[in-house]
Amino acid sequence: MSLVVDLFSIVAIGAGVFFFLAGAVGLLRFPDPLSRLHALTKADNLGLGLVVLGLLPRSDSLLAALKLIAIWALVQLAGATAAQLVGRAVRRKGSAA
Amino acid sequence: MSILQALDVGLAFLVFAVAAWTIFAPGAFAATVGYVVYGLLLSLVWIRLFAVDVALTEAAIGSGVTGVLLIGAAARLRAAERAGHEESVSGLSGVFAAVLCALVALALAGVVLLLPDQGPSLAPQAMRKLPETGLGNPVTAVLIAYRAFDTMLEKVVLVLAVVGVWSLAADRYWGGAPGEARAASPEPTLAFLAQILAPLGILVGIHVFWVGADEPGGAFQGGAILAAMWIIVMMARLTEAPQTNAFWLRLALVAGPVVFLAAGLAGAIFAGGFFAYPPGFAKPAILFIEAFMVLSIAVTLPMLVAGPPRREPRQ
Repeated sequence: MSLVVDLFSIVAIGAGVFFFLAGAVGLLRFPDPLSRLHALTKADNLGLGLVVLGLLPRSDSLLAALKLIAIWALVQLAGATAAQLVGRAVRRKGSAA
Repeated sequence: MSILQALDVGLAFLVFAVAAWTIFAPGAFAATVGYVVYGLLLSLVWIRLFAVDVALTEAAIGSGVTGVLLIGAAARLRAAERAGHEESVSGLSGVFAAVLCALVALALAGVVLLLPDQGPSLAPQAMRKLPETGLGNPVTAVLIAYRAFDTMLEKVVLVLAVVGVWSLAADRYWGGAPGEARAASPEPTLAFLAQILAPLGILVGIHVFWVGADEPGGAFQGGAILAAMWIIVMMARLTEAPQTNAFWLRLALVAGPVVFLAAGLAGAIFAGGFFAYPPGFAKPAILFIEAFMVLSIAVTLPMLVAGPPRREPRQ
């Protein structure tokens, strides 16, 4: 059973790390702010979500697991808001120029 | 080298790189962003040093509130920066400043490297007396019991900082409200964030204060989280800063230091020493003082961010 849990954690966290890597590459390589933002938010949501998913079976208690999920949800909220604000600022600047 | 050690070395290099980037960043805004990232990385370093209390404070105050203050300053300086009115450092004094900074850094590094392997420590004594305070977190015991006077003075400094900020107001604005007025239609994205985050954050802030007696956390960290919630609600312009002549506001600002000082004086009468707590009653006394400090910090930091009064006081 522990082997299955370990395997699940490794696969999920590995996939999460892959999304973070892809997001970082996108952030560096994409040509304009909006597509860079796109790369970044996907990495945040999916990458962190998968890492949290992989950590869930390893948490000590139900409370610890709920805290992990709460952290992911809060990062989602903050990330989505920041992306909206940056995107709006980019559009305003674009129309002004 | 184990994986953790390799990660530590990587983290240290990252801190250095971000610090260097912050110094050489083009413009005040970019440097501020670098500084915030630097603070967050530094809080990871504190966690690796098992100093979770310091990590929480660094993230909340060093990176969070200071970051907001600096972004505000950068925004105010932007016009001057664009017009090229920046005070540029000339060649010779620039070199002089760089040499001075390098000397300070070298001296600090030397001091750290010359420390004896077994550094002088009061930790054993602090842990031995911990049961007498009724607390489980030695950091809180140091802050509110062993070195209570220092902590009380820190709170006084915060109040003085607010007085300093307010005194920058023009005469006709004295006593008026700082910051932006409440918006008729607030920016929807920020308003959404503030409405979802504020109730959660208030809960987390009170929780961090409450568990601070026995686990990492405490008045400063909890108060900073509460302060952040008020700041975000004001930033979204769902509400506006109160008038600086409001009696409740001034009372809340000084409540922490006043209660702390009163408790210290009461200790001189009832417990046989300035800032001494009566045996068996230390923990309730400490939590009582901390509660008022949370209130004062939660009001002080947003007032620092809001800045000097900018509107004429309503009667």
